[in-house]
Amino acid sequence: MYSLANPQRFMSLSGRVLPFVAILAVITLAVGLYMAFSAPPDFRQGETVRIMYIHVPSAWLAMMAYMMIAIAGLGVLIWRHPLADVAAKAAAPLGAAFTFLALVTGSLWGKPMWGTYWQWDARMTSMLVLLFLYLGLMALRSAMEDASRASRVTAILALVGAINIPIIKFSVDWWETLHQPASVFRMSGSTIHPDLLWPLMVMAVGFTLLFFALHLAAMRNEIMRRRAIGLQLRRVDNAAAALAT
Amino acid sequence: MSAFLALVSRDLRIAFKDGGAIGIALGFYLVVVAIVPIGLGPDLNLLSRIGPGLLWVALLLSALLSVDRIFHNDLEDGTLEVIALGPLPLELVATAKALAHWLSTALPLVLLAPILGLLLNLEAGAYPAIVLTMLIGSPAVSFLGALGAALTLGLRRGGLLVALLILPLYVPILIFGVASVDRMLSALEPSSQPLLILAALAIATVVLVPLAAAQALRVNLG
Repeated sequence: MYSLANPQRFMSLSGRVLPFVAILAVITLAVGLYMAFSAPPDFRQGETVRIMYIHVPSAWLAMMAYMMIAIAGLGVLIWRHPLADVAAKAAAPLGAAFTFLALVTGSLWGKPMWGTYWQWDARMTSMLVLLFLYLGLMALRSAMEDASRASRVTAILALVGAINIPIIKFSVDWWETLHQPASVFRMSGSTIHPDLLWPLMVMAVGFTLLFFALHLAAMRNEIMRRRAIGLQLRRVDNAAAALAT
Repeated sequence: MSAFLALVSRDLRIAFKDGGAIGIALGFYLVVVAIVPIGLGPDLNLLSRIGPGLLWVALLLSALLSVDRIFHNDLEDGTLEVIALGPLPLELVATAKALAHWLSTALPLVLLAPILGLLLNLEAGAYPAIVLTMLIGSPAVSFLGALGAALTLGLRRGGLLVALLILPLYVPILIFGVASVDRMLSALEPSSQPLLILAALAIATVVLVPLAAAQALRVNLG
């Protein structure tokens, strides 16, 4: 584990792993999409059930990415781990994108099923708040010029958010049952039929692989960006030193 | 303890001496509550139904308008560095400053709420319920606001950023604040359950947020 803390080792290892993860993600997603389209339509939801194969993995990844950012935040604050901040920074836009995807696909599914694009359903509301948390993290980081200060301040915000997410989830659940108890569609009644479950599982694995491929690529980009900045600063220093002598 | 009290009373004296910031927050509260009926139409039944929620939302916005001030002026004139070097741990500094904000800004807003309720045709029983829930919930508003101010310390346009960072964290306070008013007035099954949850949230916020705010101050002061 300690050897991975070295960005140089990380670059060479991730460079070898990344193509495999990417190819595996493409294959799994292709198989998953084929299964998703060849699966039988749902009895009640009809063809719209296929939206689920994009929607559910996106929602899972939206939450996983936040957990990742929070754990990376611990790494930043406690161990000052150089890669933890890179991981947190790279995961935030990905998490926001998957949250957005989950909201959009949910909304497209809601129009034919609920008759409205937006329902103040507990899950939708808490996903919307999660999107705001992601946007806040990215806005705070981009507002700070000093990179090491930005990394630690966003880590604090990420941890506060991580403590808050269960509270927000609980309060929104409570709020929604108070306002509209009966109108909401619930999955819990019927377990999902295996014909529909298998494509979902394959898609979930495919999305997770896609996430890790994108995340590794984004981390590599970030490390290279930091190196480029470092090189430029060194050139400025050298030029200044040359002028001074 | 004396350093803590000295800091609180210093902040209060500054806040009340130049009064401007409190006046702006109160004026903003009044304007927000006044502009909503103009947008929705003067239907008194509708207004009395949405009144508690409207007063709560306007309170959050008005408080956010002023949290920027908690650390900003002290950072600009160097006082914050001196305080940070002093004997008081930064956790207690954050607590003292958030407490001063609550006393100087949030509390006047809470006390203004029933007067604004007159504009919204609230029913008579709603006034004590609103003041009570706001008294219990508003410390969390000030403390989370102080966290936002600590996170964005020294940033240009920090005030706008605080709103984006902190409003999502206000969601539970808002939900249980409005719900406790509703449930206290509910004719069918009055209950104090949401009020108790609101109190629990407020207490946990007041205890835990200064830890995060102090950490943010440490990073931002360098």
